[in-house]
Amino acid sequence: MSIRLTSTIAAALTAAFVPTAAIAAGGGPEIARQEWPFSGVGGQFDKAQLQRGFQVYKEVCASCHGMKRLYFRNLVQPGGPEFPEEAVKALAEKWPNQIPELNDSGEAAVTTKDKDGKTNGFKYVSRAPKLSDPILGPYANDAAARANQNGALPPDLTLIAKARGVERDPNPLIHPFLMLSDIVRGYQEGGADYTHALLTGYVEAPSDVKVNDGMYYNTAYPGRQLAMPPPLADGAVAYQDGTEPTLNNYSRDVTAFLSWAADPSHDQRKRIGWQVMLYLLVTTALLYLGKQRIWSKIEH
Amino acid sequence: MSGHASSYEPTSRWGKWWDERLPIARLMHGSFVAFPTPRNLNYLWTFGGILMFCLVAQIVTGIILAMHYNPSDVAAFNSIEHIRRDVNYGWMMRNLHAVGASMFFIAVYIHIFRGLYYGSYKAPREVLWILGVTILLVMMATAFLGYTLPWGQMSFWGVTVITNLFSALDTVWDGLGTGVVEWLWGGYAVSGVTLNRFFSLHYLLPFVLTGIVILHVWALHVAGQNNPTGLDIKEPSEYVPMHPYATSKDVVGLFAFLLLFAYFAFFLPDYLGHADNYIEANPLVTPPHIVPEWYFLPFYAILRAFTGSFLGIPLGSYAKLSGVVAMFASVIILAFAPWLDTSRVRSSKYRPVYKWFFWLFAFTCVALGYLGAKPAEGIYTTMAQIFTVLYFAHFLVIMPYVGLRETPNTLPRSINEAVLGNGGGALPVGAAAAPETR
Repeated sequence: MSIRLTSTIAAALTAAFVPTAAIAAGGGPEIARQEWPFSGVGGQFDKAQLQRGFQVYKEVCASCHGMKRLYFRNLVQPGGPEFPEEAVKALAEKWPNQIPELNDSGEAAVTTKDKDGKTNGFKYVSRAPKLSDPILGPYANDAAARANQNGALPPDLTLIAKARGVERDPNPLIHPFLMLSDIVRGYQEGGADYTHALLTGYVEAPSDVKVNDGMYYNTAYPGRQLAMPPPLADGAVAYQDGTEPTLNNYSRDVTAFLSWAADPSHDQRKRIGWQVMLYLLVTTALLYLGKQRIWSKIEH
Repeated sequence: MSGHASSYEPTSRWGKWWDERLPIARLMHGSFVAFPTPRNLNYLWTFGGILMFCLVAQIVTGIILAMHYNPSDVAAFNSIEHIRRDVNYGWMMRNLHAVGASMFFIAVYIHIFRGLYYGSYKAPREVLWILGVTILLVMMATAFLGYTLPWGQMSFWGVTVITNLFSALDTVWDGLGTGVVEWLWGGYAVSGVTLNRFFSLHYLLPFVLTGIVILHVWALHVAGQNNPTGLDIKEPSEYVPMHPYATSKDVVGLFAFLLLFAYFAFFLPDYLGHADNYIEANPLVTPPHIVPEWYFLPFYAILRAFTGSFLGIPLGSYAKLSGVVAMFASVIILAFAPWLDTSRVRSSKYRPVYKWFFWLFAFTCVALGYLGAKPAEGIYTTMAQIFTVLYFAHFLVIMPYVGLRETPNTLPRSINEAVLGNGGGALPVGAAAAPETR
């Protein structure tokens, strides 16, 4: 109840002090704030949404992007999509991971040579990926990725939801109120809001804008011209659980998945957070009563 | 106060045995149990204890993180992710340490402003105050070095910008600045070598800090605590023993502070950081805006206020050097406050004019913090220049001038009078016993 109440109060405060237009002041792209199941101080991930999000990643994003800091085992652990272990094992085995062979210092620097003795690439381990392996992208390295992507590098997506944010440049007079409202609400979803805005931000370029060759116009992207073609469209992924197969749902689900991947301890963190806050509140109150009693004997 | 006799009486044979050989229990008893504290201290006086907690908490969480961290340019970023993802409760240690740095600065800034408001820097507490300024400087160095360690984009470019400041010395003596910068880097660019030495120093400085903190507490226990009236203690009834009085208040303050600490560590761990630091350091890509952590923003604003010209005064090739000098001076000038303030009244409570200038100064610091986060261009630079002038004017003009010209309010005769409200009114103006009036 308290969470809902605080966020309602915060929302009311914001509404009272902040004209909506002010948030987008400063000329940057406007990123709308979304309600996420994991929003705020009480939010937790929705397991079904994370599972759908992984499906979108696997069927769409994974054709270009890797998630090298996420391991197949993470897909099984509590607080995530929690797929059954056997299913993830089977999934891993078919994943097109190219696992480089490591040298004695643990570096991926074991190379192969052509018949003239020139280095022509890295040596790869020839085994099926396991639960303990990272979820790699289709390219062996950045150079290979650029060669296949018209010079652009599809970034690793493990931390993307934390590595992006929403820049705000409000009027200095309302700035403190906005900060306070964000703090009271526990707003940490800038990266998710940005990701969703980007995935759904592909529009026809205005007539006065010339879009460069191989670039796409996107309202959320800084500079508005992006090398990634629109990855999602209505009906692109067949959901199993009856969720509407719309661009908006795909984008929300994959964004939720990426948010979890960037912060896998999120649910546990907030749960423990409330226990810590409760403990501290009670202790502070008791200590205060003790202090009052001690000081009641003297005027001060 | 140094002369107060310890009331420590060891009761056990074990206690007596030790007391004759190493009276450490007597020292602790005298310093933290029987130590006389003014009876009128408010909650702002709990920040000393809070800061002690912050220092210990940073050292403990830091030592745990160091067990899992790898200070190499290829592995540092990954090892932070390893801590966040794979180490048991590693995410908690990491958040407590990163948020802890911010909390340390919140507490230290409140502590400093409390000292400025109540005149805690004035005689006989000058050495205590200067030790405090030294602590602030070492804290800033430690925090800066620590922010390098995650080896994200903001770490890397923050180090690049700040270490490059020393190249301004080239205008003093050609080649000096470049030499210093290369010596700091251990090469011709920020690299893994820089990261290694920054890690080493980040681990060392907290212990140096602990040493200075011990001197700070020692100096406090010699001069005694100031109090909200700023009056000297006149009789023993104005004291209460530290335990249980001050300690019971300190723990309330500490736990209330921990509520804020925990709220950020568990619900907003990234709020005080920057998204770019979740991107691994890349010497080939410069982030669009390089900003330091929030606690450095006022100083960063002063640094950047010195562009080609300062409020119309052309600086030419000395622009960078002036900015660097001003930035360091903005911290070091604090150490001179005891002599710049000419008023003989300590507490701003009784200084009707200076009180307003104190709040103007506080506003100046916040405004500089805001401007430090903005791009250094146009109106922002002009505003930063104006507030930089206000910042230094507070110390160099307001403190000496207002102190001489202001007529303070009549002071209570004693702490007891201020607290108990008896004592038949204040002394008449001009009375010999009231040196604050002239």
